[in-house]
Amino acid sequence: MAMQFYASPEQIMRDRSEYARKGISRGRSVVVLTYEGGVLFVAENPSTALHKVSEIYDRIGFAAVGRYNEFENLRAAGVRMADLRGYSYDRRDVNARALANGYAQTLGAIFTEQSKPYEVEICVAQVGATPEGDELYRLTYDGSVGDEPGFIAMGGSAEAISTKLRQGHKHTATLAEALKLATEALGSVGGDGGKPRSLTASQLEVAVLDRRRPGRTFRRIRGAALAQLVAGQSGSAPEAEKEADKPATPADTPMTAGPATSIEPPLSEVDTQPPAAPKKRAPKPPAE
Amino acid sequence: MATGFDSPGRLPAVFTTPGSSSFTEFLTAAAPELLPGRRVLPAGDLSDVAPHATTIVAIAADGGVVMAGDRRATMGNMIASRDIEKVYPADAYSLIGIAGTAGVGLEMIKLFQVELEHYEKIEGTSLTLDGKANRLATMIRNNLGAAMQGLAVIPLFAGFDLDAADLGRAGRIFSFDIAGGIYAEKEFHAIGSGSLFAKAALKKRYTPGLSLEDAAVLAVESLYDAADDDTATGGPDIARGIFPIVMTATAEGTTRLADAETARIAGSIIAERSHHA
Repeated sequence: MAMQFYASPEQIMRDRSEYARKGISRGRSVVVLTYEGGVLFVAENPSTALHKVSEIYDRIGFAAVGRYNEFENLRAAGVRMADLRGYSYDRRDVNARALANGYAQTLGAIFTEQSKPYEVEICVAQVGATPEGDELYRLTYDGSVGDEPGFIAMGGSAEAISTKLRQGHKHTATLAEALKLATEALGSVGGDGGKPRSLTASQLEVAVLDRRRPGRTFRRIRGAALAQLVAGQSGSAPEAEKEADKPATPADTPMTAGPATSIEPPLSEVDTQPPAAPKKRAPKPPAE
Repeated sequence: MATGFDSPGRLPAVFTTPGSSSFTEFLTAAAPELLPGRRVLPAGDLSDVAPHATTIVAIAADGGVVMAGDRRATMGNMIASRDIEKVYPADAYSLIGIAGTAGVGLEMIKLFQVELEHYEKIEGTSLTLDGKANRLATMIRNNLGAAMQGLAVIPLFAGFDLDAADLGRAGRIFSFDIAGGIYAEKEFHAIGSGSLFAKAALKKRYTPGLSLEDAAVLAVESLYDAADDDTATGGPDIARGIFPIVMTATAEGTTRLADAETARIAGSIIAERSHHA
């Protein structure tokens, strides 16, 4: 007959925490920080198809580190929750706090009830009208949730990256300045013999929640626009920043009870992605 | 009622089940009562219980497509609304207009907008224009029961096809029947009570490859003709400053013509047609 050994609850939780932490620290890091024009997500991610950073709703973004299948599952759940809420109430009734609560409850239940915890750490970010109004929530594998103003670093060596971010972060930074800080922070760890690495555009996944855009504010910065932003930080204002100068404010968002009356095309697609293809073929002037 | 989206507990399994990228399919599992076409209706003919939306036209032009709708909704012989909006962007590159029971139609547009956005967010890429049209056909099909009782909705769908090889043919139009049949229209199409008159006007004035500006004028003019002969279609309302809604879908996305611009187009058409001034 098999003998059932006693393990104290403390021991079980400790083991699970250690297991989850180990899994998370193996992966590369993600940085989320606020800047003057919105919220910036920077992930060290060589893949262009498997995202660590994604859109949840109009003003809400998602970033994660750890096991892809697990955080992808949470991301899809978040999109469903946000879309359901927006559909049954109103688009303005979808907020990051409710989403963070849902995630916290879910992660917490998985941590205590299932034998294997999720090896993920996620960030839910909501862009406000001002940098002070931005909300960044960090959620860990055990369902703990924290509201961290300004910036969040997740993944392996998150402590060292956070220290670097704390020294340089300011709300008034431009997109280029914020991206420079983020890439330096990400590159400050993992180099040979503790030396800082210099990250190139192809190693980065970058996206922003653009404070000044009405409607869906999430856009990816990639391809030529990203290369320009990463490389020529002292040169001419890159495409991505020009867009940020658009005078639109959240107050311009039409308030209607019915269907959405205007949907902005994804301006981010200035690279080789499909939606941009006909634009290149068609240098036609638009209808007046 | 669906749990999860307003309770603080753990997200129900339906939220975390992998697989579907469709918001409608998700709603079917999570909150079927929110789906149009799933409601139990009382027996009998319900065609007079709610306002009806009327005429919509769409015209394929060089480099895109134009869709326009009048602003009237009727209930029997009454005007239920003078300024209803019946043409909307479905997503960044496509447009949708509805004729038939206004309430059901607007609900369907809202669901369709979320459906396209949801797919885009889950999959990281948009549906093709044909894929979008097929999704819409499914929604119409699900409304067949209500349609048989008088709550019919017919949409008109048009968009800029990002996969089109030739820019001249990138603007495409799809029409639907009440049973969910889907038809690709070549040059132009009109739906609703005034569609007969609008199409009669369009077929005489349409020339292949016309510019977007000309197509916008033609669309407003065909609605003017529809309003001329159909009481359920509203013409330009100079006194109140209510004009048709005209939207375009091009490589740059969807745009709604400013009211000042539609007012100018309507004004020039009225001036052209005024013989007794």
